Amino acid sequence: MIASILLKRLGMAAVTLFGVAIIVFLLLRVVPGDPIAMMIGPGAGANEIADLRARYGLDQPFIDQFGIWLSGILHGDFGTSISLHRNVLGLLMERLPATLELALAALLVAVSLGLALAVIGTLLRRSPGGSLLDAMNGLALAVPDFVWALAFVLVLGVLWPIFPLSGRMDPTLSIPFHTNFHLLESLVTFRFGIATDIAAHMVMPTLALALPLAAVIARILKEALCAAMLEDYVLVARVKGLTEARLVVGEALRNAVGPTLALTGVQFTFLFGGTVIVERIFAYPGIGNMAIDAVINRDQPLIQGLVLAFGALFILVNLAVDISVVALNPRLEDG
Amino acid sequence: MAEQASALGSAATPSRRRVDTLAALLHEPKVIGGGGFILFLVLAALLAPLISPHDPLEQDLMSGALPPVGFAGAQAGFPIGTDDLGRDVLSRLIYGTRVALTVAFVAATLAAVLGTALGLLAGYFGKLTDGVISRLIEIWMAFPPVLLSILIVAIMGAGVASVITAIAIIDWTRFARVVRAETMAQAKADYVTAARVIGFSRFTILLREILPNIAPLLVALLTLEMGIAVIVEAILSFVGLSVSSDTPTWGGMIAQGRQTIYQAWWVFAAPLAALFATVLAFNQLGDGLRRALDPAMRR
Repeated sequence: MIASILLKRLGMAAVTLFGVAIIVFLLLRVVPGDPIAMMIGPGAGANEIADLRARYGLDQPFIDQFGIWLSGILHGDFGTSISLHRNVLGLLMERLPATLELALAALLVAVSLGLALAVIGTLLRRSPGGSLLDAMNGLALAVPDFVWALAFVLVLGVLWPIFPLSGRMDPTLSIPFHTNFHLLESLVTFRFGIATDIAAHMVMPTLALALPLAAVIARILKEALCAAMLEDYVLVARVKGLTEARLVVGEALRNAVGPTLALTGVQFTFLFGGTVIVERIFAYPGIGNMAIDAVINRDQPLIQGLVLAFGALFILVNLAVDISVVALNPRLEDG
Repeated sequence: MAEQASALGSAATPSRRRVDTLAALLHEPKVIGGGGFILFLVLAALLAPLISPHDPLEQDLMSGALPPVGFAGAQAGFPIGTDDLGRDVLSRLIYGTRVALTVAFVAATLAAVLGTALGLLAGYFGKLTDGVISRLIEIWMAFPPVLLSILIVAIMGAGVASVITAIAIIDWTRFARVVRAETMAQAKADYVTAARVIGFSRFTILLREILPNIAPLLVALLTLEMGIAVIVEAILSFVGLSVSSDTPTWGGMIAQGRQTIYQAWWVFAAPLAALFATVLAFNQLGDGLRRALDPAMRR
């Protein structure tokens, strides 16, 4: 039963990804600007232009271009970036790890912060401190990552310069890396000085991405916790003399965490979308920042590759959430 | 016959219901607070030429980068200082409300109309219609919204019209998802069965029976979407894709303030504070409207 659900989900994910590919391709083909015009100087001859068009496949008919692009992708060839003159897949592989490290760090912070806030909020649920916490939570929920990022730039980057404002690490540190997972690599190779520098660069973008998600987790989990605190098994444990904190963490949390998990997964995909503008603000060298440059430069092959990469990430996260929800809840098996 | 069908929907008479709703709205502090601030912004936008102390585009290099009142070197004529070109920050902020609110009201309404129409169709007709629209929603949501909006504006060319189109094209899914689910639930309700038995056509049922019942939810969603639209416009201005630099926008001011943030942080901070407060106000208003208009939550 589970296998057939998984197959159906996989099939739907493939259809969605194909739809994303078609739409981005169609969108880019209505772009009025000629990408070739940007690459060459004003004095270029007609032959030179025709050569370039042929090299990037722009002289082919519409449907053929799509066919060539699609079959290329299926063979691992995403084309060549027009503005950077490099293989698109190579560029993706180079930049994607930075975005993954940022997004996963933000997820980790959001889950820990959301969990802590929910537990504290439940403990304080009948006190003025609890209302204050709720109000702060509402604020974090209402204000999006873009605004948080800019506020951090002002407060923690300029007025009280605690954290570095831009980039992934101090440019004077020129250390060779074997992978592009710089934070992870420096941690597992015990180069903690470098890891600290990278982490310091990640603090502001991570917090900006994490705050809205932490607020969502805190609100949903706190509601579930408060409801669980009224259940019989908690009452029994209370009669046995367990402290309030033990009741919340030891008893209620176990039963409240399930519904929050599915929601966290869905919200995590929104966090990925947020990396685009947050990376831009902090000049963080991930795929989001590269995507904005690609659009500004009208770099069709690169835009196509990047949008597809984001689409694939999004669909993978959703798939993982679906699978874990089905796996964790046997009652859903028939649905 | 028609009265019978709508009587099944609610026991109260329409005028009585209207009075109840108004009272509920005025008792909701979030509606008063959030709505009050939005009203204040609308007035600022309408009266901009009358209340702005200076021309927002007027440059005066002799009084460039003046700090806000209260800091050393401030001038009383420029309450929140000037930018590096000597333009009055307060006047630019006031004029900036015009683009922000235009985009908020028009883009959010367009997204709502598009999304509601598709959501109603998917929710009521089900089967193939629902299959196609649901798949479309799923594909749409696989695009990072910021990237898609930048792409659309780059394709259409910078300008308010492009920004509005981009927001409507992207954010219709927010309405479609909710309206679809709600329509499915409503379609099973007794009043819809009754209307069907009486012989109302499908579109009459959709527009005259189901739509009014999901209207409170739509109003709340619309308000939240306006806050989102303000942010998207600011993001596009920040990236340099919204309107020309001759028109003051909050996002454009933030982008420009970022360049001179070490010399004149207030040029960056003032529009950011405006953005912060506006998003919060739309959010509070939306939240309050949902509480006040939803009879289930009122009880």
